[in-house]
Amino acid sequence: MRRSRKKQVIPGFGISMGVTLTLLSLIVLIPMASLVINASSMGFSTFWETVTDKRVLAGYYVSLLCALTAAVVNAVFGVILAWVLVRYDFPFKRFLDGLIELPFALPTAVAGIALTNLYSDKGMLGHFLGQLGIKVAYTRIGIIIAMVFIGIPFVVRTIQPVLEDMDSQYEEAADVLGAGRARIFFRIIFPEIRPALLTGFGLALARALGEYGSVVFIAGNMPFKTEIAPLLIMGKLEQFDYHGANAIALVMLAFAFLILFAINSLQIYYNKFTKQ
Amino acid sequence: MNRKNKKEPRAVKNLLILLSILFLFIMLVLPLVVVLGEALKKGFQLYIGAITDEYTGKALILTAEATVAAVIVNTVFGLFAAWSITKYHFKRKRLLTVLIDIPFAISPIIAGLIFILTFGRIGWAKGILEALDMKIVFAVPGIILGTIFVTFPFISREIIPVLQAQGNDQEEAAAVMGAGAFRIFRKITFPQIKWAFLYGIVLCTARAMGEFGAVSVLSGHLRGKTVTLPLQVEILYSEFNFTAAFAVSSILVVLAVIILIIRNVIEHQMKKAGGKV
Repeated sequence: MRRSRKKQVIPGFGISMGVTLTLLSLIVLIPMASLVINASSMGFSTFWETVTDKRVLAGYYVSLLCALTAAVVNAVFGVILAWVLVRYDFPFKRFLDGLIELPFALPTAVAGIALTNLYSDKGMLGHFLGQLGIKVAYTRIGIIIAMVFIGIPFVVRTIQPVLEDMDSQYEEAADVLGAGRARIFFRIIFPEIRPALLTGFGLALARALGEYGSVVFIAGNMPFKTEIAPLLIMGKLEQFDYHGANAIALVMLAFAFLILFAINSLQIYYNKFTKQ
Repeated sequence: MNRKNKKEPRAVKNLLILLSILFLFIMLVLPLVVVLGEALKKGFQLYIGAITDEYTGKALILTAEATVAAVIVNTVFGLFAAWSITKYHFKRKRLLTVLIDIPFAISPIIAGLIFILTFGRIGWAKGILEALDMKIVFAVPGIILGTIFVTFPFISREIIPVLQAQGNDQEEAAAVMGAGAFRIFRKITFPQIKWAFLYGIVLCTARAMGEFGAVSVLSGHLRGKTVTLPLQVEILYSEFNFTAAFAVSSILVVLAVIILIIRNVIEHQMKKAGGKV
C-alpha cells in the first residue's frame, strides 16, 4: 500500500482508508471473527454431530428447496415484470413500477403476519384455495410464497436497466431478416439480459435462504417439515446452545458463499462463451 | 420507442400485462389491504387504543433511535468508503468491496448471532464489557449494533456506482491546483452524489426500522425496554392479540408507503440529473 500512496493525486488517502477500515473492522470483521473463534473451541466431533443431526439436515433441505423454488419463480416473474414495465404502456404503470420495492420497505414481520392471515384457512385467499384442496399457510408452499415476496424486487430491478439500455438494432435486423418474436426474444434479447438475470437470481436466492421474519409466521415451524435453517439457529440460541447455533450458522454461511461462487463462475463461463 | 412492426401479437402483450398486474396485486397489494383491514376490523376505538398503547409508544421510540443511529454510522462509513474506493489506487480493492457487502449476504439471524458470540455469556469480549460496566446483549446497545450491521453497506453501495461513472478528472484537476480533500469533496464530489446519497439513506431507514431477525436475536424481548416496533408486532401476534398486532403493523405500513413515495421522487430526480450530464 505504501508504494501506491505516492501515486495518489487526490489528498486524504490516509484518513479516508483509516475511517473505512476502522468502522468495517469494528462492526463487521471483528464480530464475524467470533464465529471462527468460538467454533475453534468446540471441537470437530461436536461440530459434526450438530450439523449432521437429522432435524438440522431436514432444516437445510427445507431452506434450500424452498429458496430455490422461490428464486426460480422470481426469475420467471421477474423477467415478465421487467419486460412489461419497460416495453409496454398501460394504465397505472407508474404506480405498479413504484410498488415493486414494497418488499424492501415493508418490515418483514409485518409481511409475515399479513401473508399468514391472507393464506390461512379463514383468510381471503386461503379460504378460496382451501376449497380447491390447496393448503398454503403452515406448509412449504407458504414458505415459498413468503420467499417470493421478499425476493421479487431483486430480479426485476437488476433486469430493468438492461432492458432499458438495450440497443434495438439487432432486434430490428433480426426482424428484417424475418425472425419471429419468440425467436428474437430467445436468441437476441435473452442472452443480453442473462447476466442480470443470474445476478438477480443469486441475490433473491441468498436473501430467501437467510430470510427469517416473513417466513417464520407462515411456516408453522414443524420439525422435519416446515422448519427452516435460520429458525434452527434461533432454537439453539433459546436453549443457550451457543456452539450448536454457531455450527449451523457456519454451514449456512458456506451455502451462501457457494451460491455466490457458483453464480460468479456461471457469469465468467457465459462471458467466455459469448466472446468466442 | 418507435417500434412499428416488431411488436408481439396483441394477445401476448395483453396476457403479459394481465399476468403482471395480477401477480403484483396478489403478492404486494393484498398483504397491505389485509393489514389495514384486520387492524380496523374490531372498530376504530380499539385501533386507536392499540396504537396509543404505552408499550407501542416505547417501541416506536426505540425503533426511531436504532434507525437514526444506523443512518448516522452508515452515512459516515458510506461516504468514507465510497470516497476511498473510487478516488484512490490501492491493492486488494476488490477484497474490500466484497468485505463491505458481507452484511448484505448473510442471514439476519447470523448477524444477531455474531454479536451474541462476541459480547454474550460465552463471548470473548465479555470481560471488557464487564470492566466497563456495559451491557450489549439483551439491551438497547445490542439492538442498535444489530441494526447498524444489517444496514452497513446500504449507503456506500448507492454512492460507489455513481462515483465510478463520473470518473476522477475534476477531483484530480482540483487536487493539482492545490485544493484539500475536504474542499474537493464539498465542492465537486458531493453535488454529484447527493441524490444517490439520499437514496441510500432512504433504503437504510427502511431496512433499519423494519429489521426483525438480528434484533430478535439480540433483544431478549423485555417489554418497554428492548422491544422495537417489529418485535412488538411479533409479541402481540404470539399472544393471539391479532387486532393489536395488525394495528401496530399499520404504523409500519404507513411508514413503508411514505418511504416508497420518497424513494420514487428521488429516483425521478436522479434520472433527471443523469439526463443533464
